Amino acid sequence: MQSEKQSNSLTRQVIQSISDASLVPFLAILTAVVVGGVIIAFVGGDPLLAYRGLIQGSFGSTKALSETAVWATPYIFAGLAVALAFKGGLFNIGAEGQLAVGAVASSLIGYALPEWLGYDLPAIIHLPLAIIFGILMGGLWAGIVGWLKAYTGGHEVINTIMMNYIALNTTSFLLNGVMKDRSPTNVIARTPLIADSARIPPLFEGLRVHWGFILALLVAFLIWWLLNKTTLGFQIRTVGLNPDAAKYAGINVKRIIILTMVLSGMLAGMAGTIEVTGLNYRHELGFSIGYGYDAIAIALLGKSHPLGVVLSAFLFAAMRNGATRMQFLTQMPVDLISMLQAFILLFVAADAIVRYIYRIKSKGERVVLTRGWGG
Amino acid sequence: MTEANIVLEAKNITKQFPGVLANDRVNFDLRKGEIHALLGENGAGKSTLMNLIYGLHLPDKGEIFVNGKPIEIKSPNDSIAAGIGMVHQHFMLIPVFTVAENVMLGDEVTKRGSLDRATVAAKINEISKQYGLDVDPNALVGDLPVGLQQRVEIVKTLYRNAEIVILDEPTAVLTPQEAEDLFRIMHDLTARGVSIIFITHKLKEVLAVADRITVMRAGHVVNTVPPSETNEAQLANMMVGRQVILTVEKKDHQASGDILKVENLFVRDQRGLETIHNVSFTVRGGEILGIAGVQGNGQTELSEAITGLRAVQSGKVLIDEQDLTDKSPRFMTAAGLAHIPEDRQRHGLVLSYSVADNMALCDYYRPPFSNRGVIQQKALDENARNLISAFDVRTPSPFVNAGKLSGGNQQKVIVARELSRENVKLVIANQPTRGLDVGSIEYIHSEIIKMRDRGVAVLLISAELDEIMALSDRIVVMYRGQIVATVETKQATREQLGLWMAGAHVETA
Ligand SMILES: Nc1ncnc2c1ncn2[C@@H]1O[C@H](COP(=O)(O)OP(=O)(O)OP(=O)(O)O)[C@@H](O)[C@H]1O
Ligand SMILES: [Mg+2]
Repeated sequence: MQSEKQSNSLTRQVIQSISDASLVPFLAILTAVVVGGVIIAFVGGDPLLAYRGLIQGSFGSTKALSETAVWATPYIFAGLAVALAFKGGLFNIGAEGQLAVGAVASSLIGYALPEWLGYDLPAIIHLPLAIIFGILMGGLWAGIVGWLKAYTGGHEVINTIMMNYIALNTTSFLLNGVMKDRSPTNVIARTPLIADSARIPPLFEGLRVHWGFILALLVAFLIWWLLNKTTLGFQIRTVGLNPDAAKYAGINVKRIIILTMVLSGMLAGMAGTIEVTGLNYRHELGFSIGYGYDAIAIALLGKSHPLGVVLSAFLFAAMRNGATRMQFLTQMPVDLISMLQAFILLFVAADAIVRYIYRIKSKGERVVLTRGWGG
Repeated sequence: MTEANIVLEAKNITKQFPGVLANDRVNFDLRKGEIHALLGENGAGKSTLMNLIYGLHLPDKGEIFVNGKPIEIKSPNDSIAAGIGMVHQHFMLIPVFTVAENVMLGDEVTKRGSLDRATVAAKINEISKQYGLDVDPNALVGDLPVGLQQRVEIVKTLYRNAEIVILDEPTAVLTPQEAEDLFRIMHDLTARGVSIIFITHKLKEVLAVADRITVMRAGHVVNTVPPSETNEAQLANMMVGRQVILTVEKKDHQASGDILKVENLFVRDQRGLETIHNVSFTVRGGEILGIAGVQGNGQTELSEAITGLRAVQSGKVLIDEQDLTDKSPRFMTAAGLAHIPEDRQRHGLVLSYSVADNMALCDYYRPPFSNRGVIQQKALDENARNLISAFDVRTPSPFVNAGKLSGGNQQKVIVARELSRENVKLVIANQPTRGLDVGSIEYIHSEIIKMRDRGVAVLLISAELDEIMALSDRIVVMYRGQIVATVETKQATREQLGLWMAGAHVETA
């Protein structure tokens, strides 16, 4: 019942608000780790050993760190995609599909463009073309949903899910058909390798982490800047927070809804593109399965803040990456990691549980149910 | 008076919010069966005190006694158990639920696992009959007018056996008739031993219905007086701490050319029903045209249609000879419109934005607030600081979220933003002073008159006949979506206007 001392100083308030914002996600992670540990112990494992394996596998060596960054790269892009849509009041469940069309598009440019042209392109032209084409396809894919939302009122959740099916089945059709790798030994649904000129170079010799990772961090900063410092960001946030006030303020709400979806889709497309141009050098059916859904969890855990997204992308990347080492040390199945992630997500989404466990009083505004007169 | 008569007592209550001491050693008591009015400037701390008593906030210091016993109120559950009920300015009802479902929410009655609506409905009918509330338990809350929604809130408190009922600015949204009904209900309640705390900014109401009046200022209690020993001017003085001019002073107007022209306008509401039928009028520069009418006669739809928030069915809206029918609000602002919207929280503000951002809500894209698409935070902050001091907005800083301001100060943020914009030719002010204290009303009225004297055209829509009569140069009366009368204010009488507003012409015609 003791209410906390309030400080008048503005800086203290800012710090306060940052720690308020990260408190629940942090405690959610902690709770998930504890619950996960109990479950490991329950099935006869050693929780400490398992977690040690997880940390070793994700941060224990240069190679481990590099691999964590490799995982984090698409997670950051896809997480930003979902987060940006959230800021605009839209729930983009379709990152999965946007990512796939982005990957297909950029691998097509990557391997087929020199063939069509009949000569090799310099990397300085070919690589950006491959990336941009992938981004644009992602944007287009999501933009359709935005358009449907703005002009027909069709709900973006339903439509992004539909578009996911279309994207994934079309990908499968293309990768088994016209875009299939024709090399005689190949039986897998995958594209041919992209040309060297369409590849993002690695950051360090001998490690898989590539410049796409740096790009991801830059883009995260760019999105933060866009949202908080530009008039476009102001419009996106206003539409997200109060569409009626946005209309009153002269904002073209329909246009902003479409634009937000397009931008979101571009980021998701970027996640697919970066995997093709930076890591696999081709698109293979199924490589990206689940990224788009993990992205939702990452955006939620990061409270849709670009910095939060980067941090939670790292967490998810570390868990995915460390899982093998954990399995090696403890014979715990890798599925445990999915379970752990599910717990984190559960506790973040149902933050009331976390607040209850740790007795945190909600500081959020109360829900307004019907509107009376504000006072 | 003996101690035993006191049902609720708050002693030495202190509550600090970041940057504001909202309640400073406040003492307040409530006697059995009385109506105790709480008055005070915007931001004086009235709602805060009530929220503390109701358990929505925890006090930093102080004690609360119910029937002489100290009680610890940690959440509304505790206060409800102690017999306290509160009707918020924001109703807490779910529009898609029926009255009965809303009333039992949080305290559901079940019979073999399913909701027992019949029992609840019966009890609601009983309460409703006892106090003359006339509430249908099976109606959908979303279909009810505000006045009835408010009664549902009252039923909800009575259903939970509240002996103490807090009403936070209940009359701000009511028509005069609905307010009269509310006062009758309040008297019925007190006659049966319920005690009421009543917050309002309307001094006339206070003098008419209160048994005692407590005035707050800047977190302190200034005084508690019986209505027989005070008057409007004195109360206003106590609230604001200075003399308030309760009558509006203005010179004769110098009208120039037509600024706003509305021609044969037809508009539909969200249900597709035609609510504006063939309305035409003009407002000239340097003139205030008042639209009088009982709320719900199309004023909302009319102002939304003129300002670009609602589609026009047919007809024309011209500002300064420019045809702006169905143009977006952006065009309107650019053409010189300043719009104070009726619903401040729905249209006027983004509650989770800072005061500074809200004060640039319509101009964020223009210099000096933006430079090539980049927001110039410094310019926003400077603008906010100027407006905060010019319009006396009570906020700890420009960076505080608008939602944290008191209701009246939220309204001032909007008024300041709209009236301060450059190149304003036309002001459409819909309930501009709703929820404001007398001091702020005085200031905003004088600002509106200043705009008029500068040659700006003003369309004033207000449910307060007093406000219409005090400010307008000309008055049109709206009834059922039509203009039924137009008069020069000098020739208008309250009685005649009242008759027109009640649709008198229709009966005679
Ligand atoms: N949740 C909150 N967080 C921070 N400050 C708050 C909060 N609620 C109220 N305040 C501040 O406390 C002060 C008192 O506000 P309160 O709402 O009690 O005023 P009020 O007397 O009800 O005014 P009004 O007549 O305008 O409704 C104001 O300065 C307001 O900004
Ligand atoms: Mg209040």
